[in-house]
Amino acid sequence: MADTAYKTADDTLSMAGQALARSDTGDVLVEVRGLTRRFDVSSAWLNRVVRREGKRILTAVDEVEFDVRRGETYALVGESGSGKSTIAKMVVGLLEPSAGRVRIDGTDPARAERAAMRALRRRIQMIFQDPYASLNPRWRVADIIGEPIRMFDLARGDAVGKRVGELLEQVGLSAGDATKYPHEFSGGQRQRIGIARALASEPELIVCDEPTSALDVSVQAQVLNLMRDLQRDLGLTYLFITHDLSVVRYMADTIGVLYLGRLVESASRETLFTRPAHPYTRMLLDAAPRLDGFGRVHATDGGEVPDPIDPPSGCHYHPRCAFRTERCEREYPPKRLVGGSEVACFEAERVVARVE
Amino acid sequence: MNATIGNEATGNTDDDVLLQVQDLVVEIPTRHGTLRPVDGVGFTIRRGEILGVVGESGAGKSITGAAIIGLLDRPAHIAGGSVTLAGTRIDGLSERELQRVRGARIGTVFQDPSTSLDPLKSIGDQLAETALAHLPISRGEARERALQALIDVGIPAAAERLDAWPHQFSGGMRQRVVIALALIAEPELVIADEPTTALDVSVQAQVLTLLRRLCTERGVGVMLVTHDMGVIAETTDRVAVLYAGRVAEIGPTRRVLTDAAHPYTRGLMGSTPDTSPARDIGDRLVQIPGAMPGLTAIPVGCAFHPRCPSAMSICAMREPPVTVLGDTAVRCWLHEDL
Amino acid sequence: MPPTRSDDKVGDTTVTVPRPGRLSRAWQSDIAWSFRHSPVAIVAAIVFFTLVFAALAAPLIAPHTPFDPATLNLMDGFTPPMGEGLGSGSLYWLGTDDQGRDVFSTILYGMRLSLMIGLAAVGFAAVLGVSLGLIAGYAGGWVDALIMRIADIQLTFPSILVALLIFGVARGLLPPESREQMAVWVLILSIGLSEWVQFARTVRSSAMVEAKKDYVQAARLVGRRPVAILFRHLLPNVMGPVLVIGTIYLALAIITEATLSFLGVGAPPTSPSLGTLINIGQDYLFSGEWWILLFPSLTLLALALSVNLLGDWLRDVLNPKLR
Repeated sequence: MADTAYKTADDTLSMAGQALARSDTGDVLVEVRGLTRRFDVSSAWLNRVVRREGKRILTAVDEVEFDVRRGETYALVGESGSGKSTIAKMVVGLLEPSAGRVRIDGTDPARAERAAMRALRRRIQMIFQDPYASLNPRWRVADIIGEPIRMFDLARGDAVGKRVGELLEQVGLSAGDATKYPHEFSGGQRQRIGIARALASEPELIVCDEPTSALDVSVQAQVLNLMRDLQRDLGLTYLFITHDLSVVRYMADTIGVLYLGRLVESASRETLFTRPAHPYTRMLLDAAPRLDGFGRVHATDGGEVPDPIDPPSGCHYHPRCAFRTERCEREYPPKRLVGGSEVACFEAERVVARVE
Repeated sequence: MNATIGNEATGNTDDDVLLQVQDLVVEIPTRHGTLRPVDGVGFTIRRGEILGVVGESGAGKSITGAAIIGLLDRPAHIAGGSVTLAGTRIDGLSERELQRVRGARIGTVFQDPSTSLDPLKSIGDQLAETALAHLPISRGEARERALQALIDVGIPAAAERLDAWPHQFSGGMRQRVVIALALIAEPELVIADEPTTALDVSVQAQVLTLLRRLCTERGVGVMLVTHDMGVIAETTDRVAVLYAGRVAEIGPTRRVLTDAAHPYTRGLMGSTPDTSPARDIGDRLVQIPGAMPGLTAIPVGCAFHPRCPSAMSICAMREPPVTVLGDTAVRCWLHEDL
Repeated sequence: MPPTRSDDKVGDTTVTVPRPGRLSRAWQSDIAWSFRHSPVAIVAAIVFFTLVFAALAAPLIAPHTPFDPATLNLMDGFTPPMGEGLGSGSLYWLGTDDQGRDVFSTILYGMRLSLMIGLAAVGFAAVLGVSLGLIAGYAGGWVDALIMRIADIQLTFPSILVALLIFGVARGLLPPESREQMAVWVLILSIGLSEWVQFARTVRSSAMVEAKKDYVQAARLVGRRPVAILFRHLLPNVMGPVLVIGTIYLALAIITEATLSFLGVGAPPTSPSLGTLINIGQDYLFSGEWWILLFPSLTLLALALSVNLLGDWLRDVLNPKLR
């Protein structure tokens, strides 16, 4: 439905982008194994003693495993309580896993020593969700974008300002904006500044935590197009966290679906949207509102995401699942390959068959 | 200002018209000058019909809703136009009269269920009290109605949950309770402002389906304010597209979304990513350049012209009048015979 | 060079909120506007700055030097306002005290001392309180709990008592010769230590909110050390309320110092402050020499009140919710 009356960005960069492109496409950049994170959400000790309560542990992320290939966009999709933001923080090293590990090109951010960590930090950056909280309101844009440049010693003195100007132009703002403060910009423009900051250290991997959820639709389109262009031109790898399946469809190459801290399905974009193998994925796809869904009747499962502190036994999704069997209540299904997806479901074959 | 938008020819009798908003203007005096977040908005809602009011942030859709029920924060006030509910004007009413209108004749569903419900009262009490305040019934009847309302919105084990507190419900359940609260006094109109934006998508579908079913069953008109085009497509009968405080286009949902007359609407449709299988994977999203103008910097002429790919010279000089095209109406010089 | 992808550009600059020149911005800013429209703030500011100016200019405008015993004439004692001294014949605008000290000059020098001590004490309290508040808010956990418990404990003691305690201890530790010299520093220390808590608490709650924001995460991501994050990222964002608290506590510091001096444990008699004067004055109130008490008291009142009112106005104008 692209309206030809609107200009779309020109494609003269494809050749240059391909020239820049990595000769080692396809090898694994991020390796996540058995990643787990627990939070202690018990009441204060004294209160527990008085009320005779036990400790309460929230397992936000439970044995998650996936690979992100160089140059691709891997999307982690989930609703509230899925653990996607927690995973993002562990991948960049802002949070330590309770168990399992993350390896980025061989280095584990939770266990690396100083020098290795510093080298790694340069190569991973993050784009945040809230354009109003991701930039220090008291700093000028030049300092905000300049901070990574200085921290990683990529330029000094006047060269820093020059580089900041280049980055601003690259994200579609102008070099003269460097002297301004964040509050002078709109939400979409602030996200661009955040992207410029992420690009400042010339990273290979950018973790994007709901980068467009707070933006209006037309601004979201600008930012998503920009991100795609940058990926093509700079050979970036994205780990894209979101709850919005339509954005995923536009941006992602491979998708992992999370439910209550567990990865229930992982597949290529084509496979996931045409032949989902997990009942939760099917439900999500059906629930997402469509622009041509006039008067559509939803096949809802009538349920909601339960409290993550006390998840259902066995397969977490079983209370809401149309395909459940008695086994689903007792055992947690192992991951297996069914019809192109890696899926954790005993009944995946039936799920795939249902879809025409 | 200009001719009324919203009274496009539909052939329906006046009896069906529940809410009529005409040339509504809301002004906010500030020390930087007078701002006009709503500048000549007009539309009608019929009984049992769901009208979607869609726009991006700053378009004025929430303020329009607030103005209709008289909940504008001072110093914002209605500076022009009229709001008529089933034949009677409600825009000039005193606070006391408005209180009788709210609840009894207009129900509201807001975005955040945790602030719509009183955390210190059980939901049964809140429902019953609302019913008692507006209907001539006894306490016992009110309680029965409260129970029935919970059942109607699909709360499982409603009888046991009647005396539960709001914090004991999940987000989706709370929003269902809010819908029950909005409908319990049997209003004629419901204004829902982003009712599902704070909910997970799986719950969103359930809540919207519920709202649609209950309202069409009971002949209640709905004004559904949202920024989400997908929600508009699936839930509404007609849609009004707002831009910078004005209605850019209004008409039946299917027509407006598939064959938009206004360039802004076309731009919005093209920039919205979609999961629908009919849409090619990987089509580049359409970009509307720039952003919605702030209230202090609304362009002269058509407010959209700086961003419009089809702008003509007249667009920068004069605001376009309303053009009626069959069952839709649009404000755009492209459709006006010059 | 990749083509620009902007959509909000007009020529070479991005379209953003327009920004006029700096001075013009300051004048038109909300704060300046509010000031111009608030009679209380204007009057308070005039009074305060007049007093401050007078205190600063004391060596230049004071007609006498009251702390130099050589210049005093005992026969001039108890001269009423606008009267001539019986001994030297000089005109004393506000009269003299029991030792022949010119009340006007003593007020000027006394105010100087009071302001100096007050500002230094508040400055010390602010530095200490803001630092501890930042650390508590950012670190959380047991560090936060520890700092807050210390703060709570200190709050249970009235500030005068705390100041007295510290003062007493310090005095006991110091050899007698340096007591006079060190008196001022001890005063600053004791008043400052009694006031840091409010700064810490306020900054801590702002710091807790700011620490969760993404720009702090972004700074951590590029490897900023915690100290740098505290002082370069968080500090500018928590400073707002500090100014308001500072003005109000300045008034409190001045009064605390006056109280201590009044009690005889503050400024030494050789460099008397307003409190010392009040102390002297109260002995003579009912024997008719009312001016020795009245004028210093009025000055103290004017000083403290104007600072307080300015602080109130500042708090209202900086409160985002009232905008």
